[in-house]
Amino acid sequence: MLNYLKLVILGLIAVLAAIAANYARDSIYMIHMVLVMVVAAGLFLWQLRRTDEPVPADVLESEYMDGPVRVAVALTAFWGVVGFLVGVYIAFQLAFPQLNFDWAQGYMNFGRLRPLHTSAVIFAFGGTGLLASSFYVVQRTSATRMWGGNLAWFVLWGYQFFILLAATSYILGGSQSREYAEPEWYIDLWLTVVWVAYLAMYVGTLIKRKEPHIYVANWFYLSFIVTVAMLHVINNLAVPVSIFGSRSVSLFSGVQDAMTQWWYGHNAVGFFLTAGFLGMMYYFVPKQAERPVYSYKLSIIHFWALIFLYIWAGPHHLHYTALPDWASTLGMVFSVVLWMPSWGGMINGLMTLSGAWDKLRTDPILRMMVTSIAFYGMSTFEGPMMSIRAVNSLSHYTDWTIGHVHSGALGWNGMITFGMLYYLVPRLWNRKALYSLRMVSWHYWLATIGIVLYAASMWVTGIMEGLMWREVDPQGFLVNSFADTVAAKFPMYVVRGLGGVMYLTGSLIMAYNLWMTVRKGAASDAVAPATAPAE
Amino acid sequence: MEATYHIMRIFAGSWGLVFMFLVFVGVILWALRPGSRTVHEDTANIPFRHDDKPARSMVTPGQDAHPKEARQ
Repeated sequence: MLNYLKLVILGLIAVLAAIAANYARDSIYMIHMVLVMVVAAGLFLWQLRRTDEPVPADVLESEYMDGPVRVAVALTAFWGVVGFLVGVYIAFQLAFPQLNFDWAQGYMNFGRLRPLHTSAVIFAFGGTGLLASSFYVVQRTSATRMWGGNLAWFVLWGYQFFILLAATSYILGGSQSREYAEPEWYIDLWLTVVWVAYLAMYVGTLIKRKEPHIYVANWFYLSFIVTVAMLHVINNLAVPVSIFGSRSVSLFSGVQDAMTQWWYGHNAVGFFLTAGFLGMMYYFVPKQAERPVYSYKLSIIHFWALIFLYIWAGPHHLHYTALPDWASTLGMVFSVVLWMPSWGGMINGLMTLSGAWDKLRTDPILRMMVTSIAFYGMSTFEGPMMSIRAVNSLSHYTDWTIGHVHSGALGWNGMITFGMLYYLVPRLWNRKALYSLRMVSWHYWLATIGIVLYAASMWVTGIMEGLMWREVDPQGFLVNSFADTVAAKFPMYVVRGLGGVMYLTGSLIMAYNLWMTVRKGAASDAVAPATAPAE
Repeated sequence: MEATYHIMRIFAGSWGLVFMFLVFVGVILWALRPGSRTVHEDTANIPFRHDDKPARSMVTPGQDAHPKEARQ
């Protein structure tokens, strides 16, 4: 019965998409509707061939559902490489503008590729990594199979389809110009559907858990899912110009629009890139160190303090704008207060290793995780500092901000995700160990040195740029033109690009290593040894 | 519209603020309550219990307890 319903829905979607493509008012919309039509029709045929096949025996409640996790892990590594590659390319576009080729104008110039890079690393790499790890963690810590049958597959592929729509629209120029929320209204609606399914699947699994308590990692994952749903819906409130066109008009105007945007933007950092990845930290660091988290009480306090504070920090993106002073002061104060719970969490993660620090010498995966926590600490110190109005007057609109974002994204999010991938691949494909630990070490050092080059060059160029902008001569005239600052930044831009190349090289080594682990790794023994926390 | 905003704004700045603050303090105190240690130790060990297979029935706390807990 359910199969017939699926066929009806898929058929309807295909027909409606065909009609919409026919009436399309712009090319992006048309291309997307054709894409929707093709995918829906393909799924229709696929579903048709399976309908009335004998239904397989009851889903094995005695097994975990790891299929979607495997696919998501592979996609995470793939999106990582793609996102870093685009990042390296646009970094060199800034250093060498000739790379904005004439023949690719309107498709591959910096303005088009930049949102492609940010979305590819945050939503494709980071988001798929969060799907993979949350699918894995919620089952293990609830001691039960995923709820909702094939819902996990829907969430995974639906999310990939969202990425595909978003990426193509950036290249073709479809953007609603909201930072980290560039996709237009119909893509937003699709993501909402996928996200509600994700929430249902996650909560469903938690409800049927076999452990009396919900492990702290799940709290972080759940807060990430719930808050991102709220942020996404409110930030993307818009009226489409036509249901057959890709353009829309934001429901808010002026400073309210800016505030909504940065309320979303900063909480994307807070709940997507922080809460979600803290879920990873609270599971994978204890697992890799083979010790329970240092203080469970501290993790609870960490959680609630982040939840209560983060949501207020957004206005610090709008210092010295039309936003009222009280609002930007509020954002600044909450940002500074946030420093404490962030460091509480960092200490909790690092101290989990107490008594096992020697493992750092032999285990490059654990080293990666610890480095990521260290970067979490560094960027959660730098962030509050930059949110202070006086500091912000120097740092805002300069490359310092970009350096800060990347020390958080490359250092914290990237490294913990790499650690997660190295942890999961041998287990998911039933391998004894990784193909090569030396390669992990190479990846580790390339990535770390790459981040250091990146962050250091951006500090130098950011502060230099800020100082050049505010420099006035005795008559009160500005000393430097904007082009002067651009010329002065050239060497640092090259260094930044090289840092990016190193980070990208590291991720390619990782992709090869993971691939070979799956292809060539020795299968682990049928009976896995019981894992008990080391005392 | 203006009046609604005004009422909500006053409420958010007074009772809403007090409520949020009390909930926050309450949660912290609940986490630090006496006797929470055993629960937290048991919960902190969840990741080490069911790596390969789901549990067949509800896990009773402390069934595969830490040696440290067993000594208590």
